[in-house]
Amino acid sequence: MVQADTLWKVMAEQAMIINYSRGDNALSLLKKAIAWGTRKSPWIIHFNAGSCNGCDIEIVDALTPRFDLERLGILQRGTPRHADVLVCTGAVTLQTKDRLKQIYDQMPEPKFVIATGTCACSGGVFNGCYCVMGGIDSVIPVDVYIPGCAVRPEAIISAVAKLLGALEAQQKGGGKDADRRSDHSQVSREIQYFKG
Amino acid sequence: MSEYNRVVIPIGPQHPSLKEPGCFTVTLDGEKIVDVVVGIGYNHRGLEKACESRNYIQIIYLLERICGICSHTHTTAFCQGVEELAGISIPRRAAYIRVIVAEIERLHSHLLWLGVAAHEIGFDTMFMYAWRDREAVLDILAAVGGNRVNYGINTIGGVRRDIDDSLRQDILKMTDALQEQVKYYQELALTETTLAARLAGIGKLSGEDALKYGAVGPVIRASGIDFDIRAVDPYAVYAEIPFKVITDTHADVFGRTVVRILELLESIEIIRFCIKNMPDGDIVTKAPRRIPAGEVISRTEAPRGEDIHYIRSNGTERPDRVRVRAPSEANWHAMRHMLLGQYLADAPITIAAIDPCFSCTDRAIVINSGRETELMDWPRLRQYSIDWYKKRGIDVASIKIPERRMYF
Repeated sequence: MVQADTLWKVMAEQAMIINYSRGDNALSLLKKAIAWGTRKSPWIIHFNAGSCNGCDIEIVDALTPRFDLERLGILQRGTPRHADVLVCTGAVTLQTKDRLKQIYDQMPEPKFVIATGTCACSGGVFNGCYCVMGGIDSVIPVDVYIPGCAVRPEAIISAVAKLLGALEAQQKGGGKDADRRSDHSQVSREIQYFKG
Repeated sequence: MSEYNRVVIPIGPQHPSLKEPGCFTVTLDGEKIVDVVVGIGYNHRGLEKACESRNYIQIIYLLERICGICSHTHTTAFCQGVEELAGISIPRRAAYIRVIVAEIERLHSHLLWLGVAAHEIGFDTMFMYAWRDREAVLDILAAVGGNRVNYGINTIGGVRRDIDDSLRQDILKMTDALQEQVKYYQELALTETTLAARLAGIGKLSGEDALKYGAVGPVIRASGIDFDIRAVDPYAVYAEIPFKVITDTHADVFGRTVVRILELLESIEIIRFCIKNMPDGDIVTKAPRRIPAGEVISRTEAPRGEDIHYIRSNGTERPDRVRVRAPSEANWHAMRHMLLGQYLADAPITIAAIDPCFSCTDRAIVINSGRETELMDWPRLRQYSIDWYKKRGIDVASIKIPERRMYF
């Protein structure tokens, strides 16, 4: 209930500002509210971009009783439109490349990408195969890299915690992520050809 | 009339019920599935080609990453094949360790399937139960191989890690605890009416059809055919181990569930037998770096069915060709047949019932339908091209290349 109260206050403040103040402030406060929500309960979507399944079962493992990521407010969603964090595994193959971009583009801002596993970080053992692009960052910008073949669920939990910590620090610092944001919009521009 | 009512629904490549990228284009007439097009290849990485540029030891680690779930069975098949080409036999202790790890892997894979299948029918409690029990199996795999998923046990000429006495006791303890849980699942699957009502009668595949479509593994065994490579073509030390080939006559998703649960119990028995009868001795023999020229087909029984590796060597450190026929690849055709005439709501569990593994599946295949393929050597190919042009009125042999003119 405390959380709901706080959110309500933020929303009320924001509504007042929309009414009585300049648009810039309202926007920044709305951003703050969304960032606060993301930090407290990031929803993830999992996409296999050409992985061997090893990291994928470890991600599902992290959601099941022994590790139980859900107790930290992390939920796995089925659609990219509900997700804040894209947890991506595997070296990107030529056939999933476009789909990965599309999924990334469908996610609402602010969005974050976790490259899970050595293949997702660099292409790993599949580097140099004719059908492999390389790591996830060859297609979309990545925020957190988790090396390991396969990654352990503990590593996934640690990565998510680090992401949340970084988010918090970033929000306190205020607007330090300007560079990265522009990076994201760059990709969005590249994806335009899907639409038209 | 019904032609106009048809709806095409694409499932995938990113879909909540699919953990891996694959695309099923389902054509519906009302709620009934009238056509399915299985679109695979999203996970194709070009592993077989990559094998040709690596040496035999490197290939083991590459092939282990065909699939993270049944990684051991792929390396077993490959190492067996290479050992046969090199003419070496592995120590008996190594063969026992291979079997123990393979069966522990089967435990983890079947428990994983049980959880995923339960999730597909909305029975999330069982999903969590099965995956909780699977953790104990993964702990043992981590203790045996040092890693939870790709354990790197196999090498050419034997295995890399021994199973010592304390580890053996741990494995026995794990099997005891797991056996009780699996018996509970067995009781649940056989007596829980909601589960039976959800699973019985869907994804029907008769024994004839299973043979016709070349199904393998638990899918064909659930159709009443006792086809198990461990019994049909025993490798490692399976010939010495007494075990039953589990079959079932339900020939539907329910039957496949029963087969997998009973196989869990059978695997536990195999592990116990191996641990009791494991001989002392070396775990690896020396293998040459250069493998003599030849070709071999090596088969193993993966958790999902028959896994075939074809290896052609040429006397160097690298193979000429490696071809992998993973079990999921064989089951797609049967799965399409099962889906036809089903309701759309049953599609996820029917797909899950073959335990599809897309990363195993996605190989490059060339199919020449209705035509016989043959190999041509160079002179025959040349003659063929001359004849081909002759038929079209061009006599290649009669064409005279004009002499080069000199312009100066």
